[in-house]
Amino acid sequence: MAELKFLVAPEIGKALKEDHPYDLVIVGAGPAGLTAAVYAARKKLDTLLISKDIGGQTLLTSDIENYMGYHYISGKELAAKFEEQVKKYPIDIAVGEEVVSLSKEGDDFLLTTAGGKRVVARSVIVATGKRSRPLNVPGERELVGRGVSYCAVCDAPLFAGKDVVVIGAGNSGATAVVDLIKIANRIYVVDIMPGWRADPVLVERIAAAGEKVETFFAHEVVRILGDERVEGIVIRPRGGGEEVELKVQGVFIEIGLIPNSDLAKGFLELNEAGEIVVDCRCRTSVPGVFAAGDVTDVPEKQVIIAAGEGAKAALSAYAYLIGQRR
Amino acid sequence: MALLDDHVREEVKRELAGLPGAVKLLVFTQEFECDYCAETRSLAEELSELSDRIEVEVHDLLGSKAVAEVYGIDKIPAIVVLGEGDRDYGIRFFGVPAGYEFSSLLEAIKMAASGDSGLSPEAKEALAGLKNPVHIQVFVTLTCPYCPMAVQLAHRCAVESELVRADMIEASEFPHLANRHGVYAVPKVVMNERVSFEGALPEKAFVDYLLAAGS
Repeated sequence: MAELKFLVAPEIGKALKEDHPYDLVIVGAGPAGLTAAVYAARKKLDTLLISKDIGGQTLLTSDIENYMGYHYISGKELAAKFEEQVKKYPIDIAVGEEVVSLSKEGDDFLLTTAGGKRVVARSVIVATGKRSRPLNVPGERELVGRGVSYCAVCDAPLFAGKDVVVIGAGNSGATAVVDLIKIANRIYVVDIMPGWRADPVLVERIAAAGEKVETFFAHEVVRILGDERVEGIVIRPRGGGEEVELKVQGVFIEIGLIPNSDLAKGFLELNEAGEIVVDCRCRTSVPGVFAAGDVTDVPEKQVIIAAGEGAKAALSAYAYLIGQRR
Repeated sequence: MALLDDHVREEVKRELAGLPGAVKLLVFTQEFECDYCAETRSLAEELSELSDRIEVEVHDLLGSKAVAEVYGIDKIPAIVVLGEGDRDYGIRFFGVPAGYEFSSLLEAIKMAASGDSGLSPEAKEALAGLKNPVHIQVFVTLTCPYCPMAVQLAHRCAVESELVRADMIEASEFPHLANRHGVYAVPKVVMNERVSFEGALPEKAFVDYLLAAGS
């Protein structure tokens, strides 16, 4: 039996003051947003941290071995430690809220949530991170929740003793495979590239599982099979060749991420990938709006980089607010 | 050995400080304890040590058959969270509420102690118009960060409406049930065995499904 862990989380959806002009509203509570919150609180800014969850993509990571200060920590434990540090300060935290629009209102900014709530801010940090990229093949959309999963850490326990395929051989794909080795019967890995692009430590762990894991590199997914639930997947060698059908009950899609920048579309400058363009002070194209972490065009998406960017964004927001007050 | 370490115990003490009412946790297990039955019982007992407003009553599923029937307990481990005066709001946990679901258990205790669902005025009004009983089953895994949102919303609806009962079900402990409902992603919410959806929905969408299930 697995060792049980017990996580204490904040109340969902508390403490959001509508039409109260906050000094700073931080959208997103991953490593960037949480770090920004600590820095903002220490500058005594009247701050709201608003997010769907606390931890962001960190929550979806099993093991983190490259955040300084910890040789090894699980994503949820690291998120819990971040959160604990944020909760030491008297800022407002609204969890379970999705910000869907951001606009200018007079000298301030107006944010609206999916539930129709309105928040006013003198400055904003967008730290909304990224989400899974879909494959866009036939059968995928129809079978989401019926064997197609974008959250290996969430759904892996449901595939005990089953045959599954992981699409993607980068770090997130390899992490999903490592999680599944303990649970599933057989694991196929499919990637369009000719080999692993994951950290060697992960690849070694997968190699240690032997024949349980079978790779199909330089292959692409043609379609996902099944009516009520996933029954298989059809792949073929890249550049042509015989199609191969794999009988699987689960398809874990780990082919990278797209930025959660919808709320900024038409308001902030985005690059071709949809990331928010920032300068080295985390300033966006609109004065008073800053951005940090994976949603920005800063290269390398890492917890430690996002955290550092979050700190910088909060200090830049502070400097901006001081300048406004004169 | 204690399940909760000192650090978590301190956090729990803070969370449960000043509960406005008494709470009773009915724990259902059996003589030869099932997978996680012992842990579920210990967890409830450890919580009761951290707050003088929490009482634990342990029942054997077969030995206390009548009690199990009253609360609709058909599988173990199970926890029923009762409020002041043993009031049953319809809050159930099947499987051990560990991992992310530990926070759902703490929230359920706070809700049962206060009797306040914490739902928005709009949701309260909508639920007041519910016609028929609705049984909500929320399937979760303990490693799913989105699941507590669905579980806690279901429990809020149960506290708000006498017609609603809401179960958290840890899918890996009840594979047959998970299979029957085709649980391949979590959270999966099943209402009255006929309405179902995946994902943690916002309050309004969740309540709309609930009203449809109870129509």
